[in-house]
Amino acid sequence: MNDLSSSPRPLRVAVTGGTSGLGLALVEAFAARGDAVAFVARDAANVRRVAAAMAGSHGIVGDVSRKDDIHAIALQVGGALGGLDVLIHNASSLGPVPLALLADTECEDVDAALATNLLGPFRLTKAVLGLLASSAREAGVSGPRSLVVNVTSDAAVTPYAGWGAYGASKAALLHMSRIWHEELVPHGIGVIAIDPGDMDTPLHAAAVPDADPAALKRPRDAARELIARIDSERSARRSEHGR
Amino acid sequence: MKAATLAVQRPRDARLLVVDGTGRIAHHARSSLADLLRPGDLVVANDAATLPASLAGTHVASGATIEVRLAGRRAIDDDARTFIAVVFGAGDFRTRTEDRPMPPALQAGDALALGPLVATVVRRIDHPRLVELCFTGDADAVRAGIARHGRPVQYAHLAAPLDVWDVWTRIAAEPVAFEAPSAGFVLDWRLLDRLAERGIGFATLTHAAGLSSTGDAALDARLPFDEPYRLPSSTVAAIVDARRRGRRIVALGTTVARALEHAAAQPGGLRTGHGLATNRLGATSRLAVVDVLISGTHEPGSSHRELLRAFADDATLARIDATLESSDYRTHEFGDSVLIEPSLQPRSNLKTATLASKFGNERTTLPA
Repeated sequence: MNDLSSSPRPLRVAVTGGTSGLGLALVEAFAARGDAVAFVARDAANVRRVAAAMAGSHGIVGDVSRKDDIHAIALQVGGALGGLDVLIHNASSLGPVPLALLADTECEDVDAALATNLLGPFRLTKAVLGLLASSAREAGVSGPRSLVVNVTSDAAVTPYAGWGAYGASKAALLHMSRIWHEELVPHGIGVIAIDPGDMDTPLHAAAVPDADPAALKRPRDAARELIARIDSERSARRSEHGR
Repeated sequence: MKAATLAVQRPRDARLLVVDGTGRIAHHARSSLADLLRPGDLVVANDAATLPASLAGTHVASGATIEVRLAGRRAIDDDARTFIAVVFGAGDFRTRTEDRPMPPALQAGDALALGPLVATVVRRIDHPRLVELCFTGDADAVRAGIARHGRPVQYAHLAAPLDVWDVWTRIAAEPVAFEAPSAGFVLDWRLLDRLAERGIGFATLTHAAGLSSTGDAALDARLPFDEPYRLPSSTVAAIVDARRRGRRIVALGTTVARALEHAAAQPGGLRTGHGLATNRLGATSRLAVVDVLISGTHEPGSSHRELLRAFADDATLARIDATLESSDYRTHEFGDSVLIEPSLQPRSNLKTATLASKFGNERTTLPA
């Protein structure tokens, strides 16, 4: 029998917002190490392009902010991967672009930020919870956890002027992560929120157009850090939290 | 019985008819299920998610409107493009299946345009409605097409069209069922927590539940079709362990009973991995694994009702039917449930003997 650490089974991973920025870097990094990856994005042409470039990846066209897309996405994730070990909610909406003071923010822009950053992750987590739980049961009580990763931001904690819609939605996501975690750990599923830092991504460019890209973290480096964290969280023994 | 006509998985007033080992019948609130089982019991559920397997479209050669209901496949890990299907003529679920027109004459090679999908009839299977078909395109494109265009298979007793989330159980995982494994509608996460609190085990298998009815007597007589399933090693280990300790295996749904009994009947007994359930449980079946069955209420004559004969003798089943009827239980997939405990009167001593042979070999690894 091979030691798990020297011969890990390929992970089954789903990433939302997988055709640009951190999401694309995650898809590339997982695919490069032989994991099975399904990724979701809204633009069909971009999905086709990334899927074609990444052998073994599965592109899914869908909008996580739309309720009617959620089960279609979940069905394709479960069908393509035959199971799911890690779900990464990376797709994000800034709300108003350019950023606006809350007093100047249209209600529709708050709706949009909440739909993508909070409701989408809630609904999609719920729709694939059976897949994650199935993986955890098969791993057994001392095996690796299934994991949900919510990509958050320091704007979820620090009240930056101009980041109201985004910051409030990410703060809610951060707190929902904590509650999910309490409820799901006994079932072998962990839920974590990760702030990857300021990265050179299309989202950051839309928020801070005059930022110096060279001063920002490269998505590839952020992806590497995030995957190390995922591997470490998964191996946290479920018995620690014991049932 | 009356039909449950609303797509609510856990109505607050859902009922559970319990038949104990002496044949005594009792009525309970279904929400108290965890408290009706015994510490040490192992509940096994089917975690298949349900495909939106009804695809509306046209038979290209004739231009006729059709509805294709995907109904079966050879293996859960096959190419995901080839299916057994039942084809109806024009109309939808609002018309009783018994009253649905035949499709146009289907021939091998015929193209079927189903929304964004194109399928080719591979062969007709000795009935005008029954075909094997193969979708054009790669597996990802076929899944996307089914996910976007398909509707859950449903019947005329439900007035409103079903959404996919109406038919996914709370534990729905891999999307391989053609109709919902509806005994699992009873489950929610609070119930799973309650089972754990009471020391009741919980395990799953994945079974591609097929159609429950076609409305055609000749086809219905052939149900259930062959159904592929997958048994995880953790589930096999849990069953072996429960058996060793003399504890009961509780099948949540007829699909679970069919898969477990099929697996146990294979050479070498219950093994981890894939199987194709070709068995039909009934009055003459000798159960090797399942002790307790929790199931929906089924009308006499249906294939699911026939399966209950493996769990209770005909006199007991007749009393159950009469009680369901007189006590106004609701039937169909969103209806009430029954729980049948093993009869204290041994039907034969074969069961014990079979068990010894079934569990003699504990191999739980995937076959090479």
